Formats: sequence, structure tokens, C-alpha cells
Amino acid sequence: MATILEKSGFNPDKKLKIVGTSPVKHDGIDKVTGRAKFGADLYLPGMLVGKILRSPHAHAKIRSIDISAAEKLPGVKAVVTRADFPEIKAGTPDGDMTRNAMAREKALYDGHPVAAVAATSESIAKEALKLIKVEYEVLPHVIDPVQSMQPSAPILHDHVRTKGIKGADQPSNVIERLDLGIGDVEKGFVEADVIVEREYDTKPMHQGYIEPQSCVASATEDGQIELWCCTQGPWVFRDRLSNILKLEASKIRVQQSEMGGGFGGKTGFYGEPVAIQLARKARRPVKITLTRNEVFRATGPVSGTKSRIKMGVKHDGTITAAEAELIFQTGAFTGSMFSNAPQAMFTRYNLKNVKTVSYEVVSNRPKVNSFRAPCVPQVVFGVEGVIDELARKIGMDPIDLRLKNAATEGYKTIYGETFGKIGFVETLEAAKRCDHYNSPVPPGQGRGVAAGFWFNRGGETTGTLNIAIDGSVTLILGTTDVAGSRISISMMAAEELGIPVDKVRAVMADTHSLGFNRVTAGSRTTFSTGMVIVDSARKAIAELCKRAAVIWGVPEDAVTFEDGYCKPAGANVGTFEPLSIAQIAAKTMATHGAIAGHSEMNVTGAGPGFGLHIVDVEVDKETGRVDIKRYTVVEDAGKAIHPLQVEGQYQGGAVQGIGWALNEEYYYGEDGRLQNPSFLDYRMPVASDVPMIGTEIVEVPNPRHPYGLRGVGEVPVVPTMAAIANAIGQCVGIRPQSLPMSPPKLLKLIEQARAQNGG
Amino acid sequence: MADLRYEAPETLQAAVALLAGASGPARVLAGGTDVIVQMETDLIEPSLLVDIKKIPEVRRITAENGGFRIGAAVPGMEIMQHAALNKAWPGVVEGVKLIGSIQVRGRASIGGNLCNASPAADSVPPLVAAGAIARIIGPNGSREAPVEAIPTGPGKTSLAKGEIIASFFLPPRPAHASDAYQRFTPRTEMDIAVVGVGVSLALDAAGSCTAARVALGAVAPTVLLVKEAADALIGTELDEAALDKLASAASAACCPIDDKRGTREYRTKVAGVLAKRTALQAYERARGN
Amino acid sequence: MAKKYHVTTTVNGDEYEFLCEAQQTLLDALRDELMLSGTKEGCATGDCGACTVMLDGTMVCSCLVLAVEAEGARIETIEGMANGDELHPLQRTFLELNGLQCGICTPGILIAAKALLERNPDPTETEIRYWLAGNLCRCTGYDKIIRSVQAAAKEMRGG
Repeated sequence: MATILEKSGFNPDKKLKIVGTSPVKHDGIDKVTGRAKFGADLYLPGMLVGKILRSPHAHAKIRSIDISAAEKLPGVKAVVTRADFPEIKAGTPDGDMTRNAMAREKALYDGHPVAAVAATSESIAKEALKLIKVEYEVLPHVIDPVQSMQPSAPILHDHVRTKGIKGADQPSNVIERLDLGIGDVEKGFVEADVIVEREYDTKPMHQGYIEPQSCVASATEDGQIELWCCTQGPWVFRDRLSNILKLEASKIRVQQSEMGGGFGGKTGFYGEPVAIQLARKARRPVKITLTRNEVFRATGPVSGTKSRIKMGVKHDGTITAAEAELIFQTGAFTGSMFSNAPQAMFTRYNLKNVKTVSYEVVSNRPKVNSFRAPCVPQVVFGVEGVIDELARKIGMDPIDLRLKNAATEGYKTIYGETFGKIGFVETLEAAKRCDHYNSPVPPGQGRGVAAGFWFNRGGETTGTLNIAIDGSVTLILGTTDVAGSRISISMMAAEELGIPVDKVRAVMADTHSLGFNRVTAGSRTTFSTGMVIVDSARKAIAELCKRAAVIWGVPEDAVTFEDGYCKPAGANVGTFEPLSIAQIAAKTMATHGAIAGHSEMNVTGAGPGFGLHIVDVEVDKETGRVDIKRYTVVEDAGKAIHPLQVEGQYQGGAVQGIGWALNEEYYYGEDGRLQNPSFLDYRMPVASDVPMIGTEIVEVPNPRHPYGLRGVGEVPVVPTMAAIANAIGQCVGIRPQSLPMSPPKLLKLIEQARAQNGG
Repeated sequence: MADLRYEAPETLQAAVALLAGASGPARVLAGGTDVIVQMETDLIEPSLLVDIKKIPEVRRITAENGGFRIGAAVPGMEIMQHAALNKAWPGVVEGVKLIGSIQVRGRASIGGNLCNASPAADSVPPLVAAGAIARIIGPNGSREAPVEAIPTGPGKTSLAKGEIIASFFLPPRPAHASDAYQRFTPRTEMDIAVVGVGVSLALDAAGSCTAARVALGAVAPTVLLVKEAADALIGTELDEAALDKLASAASAACCPIDDKRGTREYRTKVAGVLAKRTALQAYERARGN
Repeated sequence: MAKKYHVTTTVNGDEYEFLCEAQQTLLDALRDELMLSGTKEGCATGDCGACTVMLDGTMVCSCLVLAVEAEGARIETIEGMANGDELHPLQRTFLELNGLQCGICTPGILIAAKALLERNPDPTETEIRYWLAGNLCRCTGYDKIIRSVQAAAKEMRGG
């Protein structure tokens, strides 16, 4: 029998009863009543408060740590430092990970943990931190990645030799140089009639989840750990904790809480290893909840970049060549996922000649973590600006230029995969038809468009579907539900089984209850866990049919399943009344056991997603302030399992992009310390900053998935800043090249444009 | 701060005695929207908090001698909802309306906003432009001072140990007078002002400006009362030339800093732009009165 | 042992008492002393609104109120919003119109929206947005939040 990965059974003509509707999500009732338990909402008897002492220096050797006074403070039950973490060689993935959680030789950023306490109250814990004496030898620091690449820059890690550069035998802050290309760009540029080359820079920003990381760790006397935490990857956390704390995986049970936003920022741990070591030492549960200040200073922000992008086009609109040189800052340790950028930045256009050179550079900031489409929106900010400029220079409508070069099925990408059925053309055409694009630009405003792409991922996923004796169904899911995937997955299970979705309930499993699941990221969750649950449902259906066969005394292949009932496969089998799931369960569980389906697989076949954003802006020419007047997201969802959810993803991503575009950035002082670690000065959009966000869901089904769906979580943030910049360019006369496009920067551009036009 | 002491006296005298007699650092607690934040972020570590919200004089708004007396700890929302204040001093109300969020305004007071002495405080420029007078109660009795005399630098005031501002007096308004407050922030709400301008002016029956006060916030260590800017308006009907003079005077008076909220250059430019817009708004209102 | 204050207060109509230190906030007390963890901490500095509660009929950030100030006060939190099994119209419309994704900002937003509709039963879109400007949401982009509030307002007006 072909596996679901080989033959998804996608049938475009199948009449769907549940998939494609928007039922109330089952976890919603707990969230509107305050009952839902997020990371900070667990309280255990005897629980202690854990607090982390952090380096105030951007770069310093840690000469000594004296915890004796802190340990003696009444109410303090444990103090931990690097001495309480196993020694792991620097420069290995585990070595980096343990050092990010608790500094060893050096503090590498303002906020780097150097010690921690567990005490009976927050005020005692805070007082204890003040009693810990750390002797630092302050070193020169470097923040900006370009400066960090200079030979004179202070070196963060003596062991780093740049990968990808022949003969790199000196310590460097450049972790890797990655060359990726296809075809012959020299030839391509010669063929071009118009060439545009621009430089761009983007400042680091933060995912901005409203819930700070929080966890509760407890330990038994014989070395078993329970960890409750908000995480996008319980198994990933477990296995990494297992590695750095040298504990067996089966001795660590990670239970995910509800999560108050992650967007990639909660795919790595921060306080968790510290809470565990404190709990083991104190022999009591320890809760560590990060403050907002700690979240900004010491979790994983989003990479800042510098890029040079050059593209050439013929008068007929064919893009002949594209070239990019990119620099990504990764903070204190490697792990920016910067290879996404050269792979994705041009990959919606069927380019034959592409050349990219990318660098990952460390500097004295916290190690970056993923955001939606890690490292890609930053460079698409530039690419879609160049494309816009090319369109205007050859007098072509900006969407038409993108249509002319749109990749289609069969295009072999720069990363080696060949596209199956994709919906970029359909998305562009839908954008061209939509009301927003066909409305005239209101006077005084400017309009911009930009396109985006994301691979979407599959990955290791597991799940179980259990049928209860009354025919109702429970699901055990491994992937974190960040926004509503659990209802979409429940809908697919209900659709498969022909039962109302209200008969299905899902739990988010702990690491003991299922096999390994990769992180909830890459827009993979509804797709992959959906695949796994559909597979589980089909296995359960096969078992139901077996049971019906037993009840009827007929061969197994004489039974078929339809709309929630087992039926005889044909009239020749005999006359039997259809049996419902509940009936089969009631009749056979006692004799044959429970009915379930289970699945684990490395899910493949994720269909790439494409989007086109349209935005109208107004710019106050005397102050540089931008007002977003109208915004529309047009994106291919393959199949919108739950349309309201899909719209919500489009709208949320767009508004995150608006913040990134206009105001969000990290400010560092001369001393290498973060100046704006609060929501006051890290300026995310508030409700009065944005209009309603229009959405158009395009559906070009992905035939590799039983319901044709494509991930939608990441594409919505990919083209946003580029579209806004293109719109601002229309208003102001110069298209910005630096993010964020904050008022002081725009006012300068406005004055520049005025001067260029003769005042 | 494990032994922070909290007191909630019911009279001004009791509050003054507590503050004057404090052995360690003491803070007045009105709305708490600055003090509590500063304690949370470890910027201050008081040993005594004196909550003045149980003292009647500091919590009420009364009409007085044709003007208004506003208690120093009246929550912002109450000021915003006061019909007569809105009519007579829309600029002062605008300043209050821009402090934080609705939640913050449920607690924040103009006494706290002033005594916190942030250069960017939103209610201070319009109060200065209005010519508001603070009534201060202390160990040596009571005294009065113009609002602009209170902040002496970022986080610093001219209040002596034991002194509390009990209330503010806004003077009676002649006909054809009004005020306005505008600020520049990158977002629509929730930001600290990058530049704030308060303008109060009075006109004669023909629409010519007879009196004006222009106050700038966030462009110097304290709010600036800019006489040259006001002079640019007096005797004019706020024509183009007068407004240009106003803008230049406003920009010239700025001595801002570069920080995460704005650059020196930007603040100086925008001060001029906002001064014009705010003056025009006050003018339109005054003509309507 | 640090100096503690004894506080008696009413939350969602029920009388409670607890001990707290002077610098603990009402948010801390609600969550850690009274186990009412529906009110959330997003920033503890009054910039995100996740901790919004009603205090004597005024909408406040509970992280900007000291626990001791709750003495004798009447507090309303998300746990008191439903009437038994009957959800408040806002709770219902948020569910039906997908006005929440991760849900962390939802308690604060529901309390704030309820306060708005009690004083202004027919707010414009702009009025809703400005009223909710103190409540950050990072998931939804605010669109469906506003629509949910509008739908509840309509229902509550009898529309």
C-alpha cells in the first residue's frame, strides 16, 4: 500500500464538509476566560523563584565568581554558575548552546547569564543576585557586523576559522562565507538593457511575542526532570537539554504550555537549563520567568543585515541576471540560518543566472533566533525594490514584470529542488484583479507592491488518533499550536472520519507521549501534523473496517468506509446496515482492544508559498511620519483549511512587517549595551497605527497533501517591508534603502529629494 | 527593597511629616505610573512610599476665582472627562490625553507627570503655556511657584525634602483665548514625545494676538518657555511670516539630545514644524471662543 | 522575613485576603497570591496592557498598581467576565470571528473592550483602535480584534 507521502489521495473534486469552514477553535474557550495555562501560569507546591544574574558588559573575560554571600542569605535555596554545567568543548553546537545558556570563559553580550539563584521569594532572589561577586576583565567590544569583519575587530571566539574561505587559518568573527549560484551572471548582465545595483541595510529587531519565556523545572532525587515551558519544540528542547546537561532523554519530560507567541523566537531555550540545574540543587521546583528587559537583552533577536543587490533586465521584461552580496549578523554565536537568504531571495522568478555571496558574522550581541522566514525578509526588502525600479525604468507595470518572470512548475531552484505545482502566477493574477490594485491611488498617497516566497517545510512529525468507545476522537499532537493549528488538524481528522469536528479534541503532547517532533516553524505545522493525523485517521479507518469485517463475518477487503460509516464494498458482499464508528467501537473494544491510528514520518511534499502585497501610504513631508492607509495581502494557501485562521496569519504577518518597516530596531550605546529593552522604546504597532488588513486567499492546491494545503505562516512577512518602501518611494521620490524607515531617516530622504528636484 | 514601607496618610500635614522625617529615600505615590515602573526596573530603591491618594485636596477639581484648581493626584481620565476644563483649556487636556494609554490615564496625574521631571512629559508644556501655578505644601508651610520652576533637570525638581505639590491653579480665561498641545511621536500612541509644543494665546475682537506663551518639551533638559517664539505671534494674525518667525524661534531655542527617540537635528527641525501647527490650532480655537 | 501587608479586597464579587510586600504589584498579587492567573504579565511597565483589570470601575494596568492599594477596592478580572456558563458577547464574538490567535493578549483586550462598550455602546473603528492602543497584540494585526468588538457592540445594542 502506498504511503501517504507517496500518494496523498488529494482529490480536487472531493466534496468537503468541514475543511474550508471556520469553526470556533476548541482551545478558544480557555483563552477567552483566562483559564488557559501559559508558561508562567503553573504553580507547584514548594516552588521557588529563580532569577538570573547577567553580564553588564558586552565583552568580558569572567575571571571569578564568588557566590558565598548569596548562598548564605536566608531564603536562598540554590545558586548556580558555570561550575554547575558540564564542561563541553567550545565551538561545537552543544558547546555554543551551553555557553549561551550560562557563560563559561567569557561574557559575550550585555545580558549574558553568568549566575542564577533560586529563593523563596522574588525580592530575596533579587537581593541574592546583588550579593554575587563577579570579577570581569572588560574587553573591547564590537556590535556592527561590518566592523566585526575588519581585521582590527576584537575577536569573540579564538576557535573560529571562517568556513568557505580557502586557507582561513586565523581567528575570525566571520563564521562562514557561502557561495551559491546558477548559470553565468557575467553573461546575463551583458544581455541586460537596464541594470540596477543598490545597497541596503536592516537593523536587528525582535519577534516581539507578548509572553516572556517562562518555565518551571522540577527534579527527583534519582535524576528525573520535569520541565514545563513555553516552547516551539518540546523534543528539540529535550534533546538539546539532554546533550548539554548530560542527562538521558527518557529522564527529561518536557511539557509544553500554551504559548503566547513565538514566531521562531521560542525555538531555542534560555532560562530552561538554568531552572533545571537550580531545581536539582535546591531539590524543589524552580520557576524562571524572564522580564521584558531580559527578553529584549538576552533572548534571540532577528538578524540585521547589509546587502548589495544587482539585477539586469531586457526591455521586454526578461530578468537576465541577479547578483547579491549579503552580510548577516548572528550575535554571539553561529546559528542565524542565513543560508535561507540566498536560497529564497530570488526564488519566485525563473532566473537562469544568479550569483550570491553571503557571510555570517558574530558580534557582541545576543545570539539571534528565527523570525518568520529567517533572514529572508531583510534581503527581499532590497530585491523587490530593485525589481520595482527595473519595472519603472522599462515602463512596465510592476506586477506584469513579476508575471513575466514568474517561476512555474518544473523550475529548478538554486537549492536544487524542482518546483511541483505552485501558485505564483495565480497569486500575481489575483493581485492584478483585486479591488485594491484596481482602485485609483488616492491623492497624496503612494502605492507599492512586492512579492514574496517561502519554501515551507515538512520534517519529523508524530501523532496519534484515538477513538473512544462512544465514537468520539482524541488526538495527541506533537507540534506546538501557536495560533490555531490544532483546530485545523482536528478538522482534517473529522473530515477523514466523517464526523462533526465537535467530536474531536486535541492535546499538545509532552515528550514522553510521542516520538520526536521537529519544531513548530517553517510554516510546517498544519501541513505536517495534518499529514500525520490524516495518516493516523486512515490507519484507524483500516482498523475500523477490519472490525466491521469481523462483525459481519466477511473478508476485510469487502468493507469500505464512507462518511463516518463502514459499509459493504458492494452488493455482492451481503446486505448489512452501515456501522458507525461508535457502533464498531462499542461492539469490539472489549474483545479486540482500543481503536487508534498512529504515525511518525519525516514529512515531505510541503508546497512553497507565494504572496503579493499591495500597500498605500501617506507621508507627512514635514516630519517623515508614515501612515499606512490601505493594505492587501494576496497569498496562495493551497487550500485554506480554516479560512479565518488563514486570514489571521496574513494579517498578523503584514502588521509585524509594518512594525519592522517603520519603527522596530535595536539601539546600542557606545558601551555595547541595549538602550531600548522595553515596549516603550521598542516600537511595535499598536491598534491605532494600522488599518484593517485586506486579504485574498488564492488556492492552488498542493497535490502532495491530502487536502492540498500549503503553509501560510511565513510568507506574509516576507514582502511587507519592500512593499511599504516601494510605496514610500512613490510619495517621497526616493525609495528608502535602510530599515527601519523611521521618521528622521525619511525626513532626510525627503530633503534630499527636494534638493535633487531643485528645491 | 525588601523592607519598603508603604504609608497612606489622610492629610497633607501627615504626608509632609512622613516625607520630611524619612531617613532613607522616600517617594510620593500618586498614580504610580512612573514610580512603580522605576522600582520594577531598579532605577529607584525607595525605603518609603507615601501614597497621597487618600488626601481629599489632591484628588478634586474645583472652580476657583474664575479659574480651576486641579488636585495634584487627580487621575488623567477625570481631567479628560471634565467638561469645563475641556472648554477652557483644551490644550492642557490634550497633553493629559497623550500620557500613555487609557489604562495609564486611569491612574496618572499631572502632579506626578511634572515631578517625575522627564523632559518629554506631555502635560507639562501646555501647563507652562497656560501659566499654571503649583501650590506646594511643606514643613515650612505653603508656597506657590509657576509650573516651569519645578523641574530643574531630567528626574530632578526644585522641591525641598518634605515638600509636596498639592494642586495646580489655572487662571481665568478671557474671551478669544485658547490653547493647544501637539507632539511628535513615531507611532500614533504609546510613545514618549520626540518633540512637544504647548501654545496658549489670547486675541482681541479683531483676531489679532494680544498675548501668547509657547512652551517646548523634549528638546532640552526641562520644558522651555520660549519668549521669542511668543513674541513672534503677538500683534499678528498668525500670517505666514509670523509663523515662520515662530518656527525659527522655536528651533533656535532647542538644545536637544540624540537618543533612541530622536536625533538633535530631527528634533530641532520638527520643533519648528510643530510650533506652527500647534499655534494655528490654538488660534482657530481662540477665534471660535 | 520582609515586612508584609495584609490586604482585604473584592475580586469578581468575591472577598479575598492576602499578604504582600509593599513593592509587589496588584498583578503579582492576583496571580501569585490569589492564583487568578488569567491576568497576564507582558512587560510589567504599563506598555502592553496584558495585565488590564478594572479597579473601582476604572480600567488600569494591574502592573502599575501596588497590591497594597487593592485594600477595600473592587477589582474585576477576566475570570469574572462570563456569567456562569453564559459568555459575555465579547467573549463569544472573539471566538466566532477569530479575534484571538495565541490568546496571551486576549484577557487584557476583553477587559478593555468591555470597559469601552460600557461607556460608548456605538464606537467607531477609530475610537475602538485608540481605546485599545494600550493593548499590544503581535499575532492578529488587530483586524479581527476590531471586528469582534464591533460585532459584540452591535449585538449588545440589540442589532
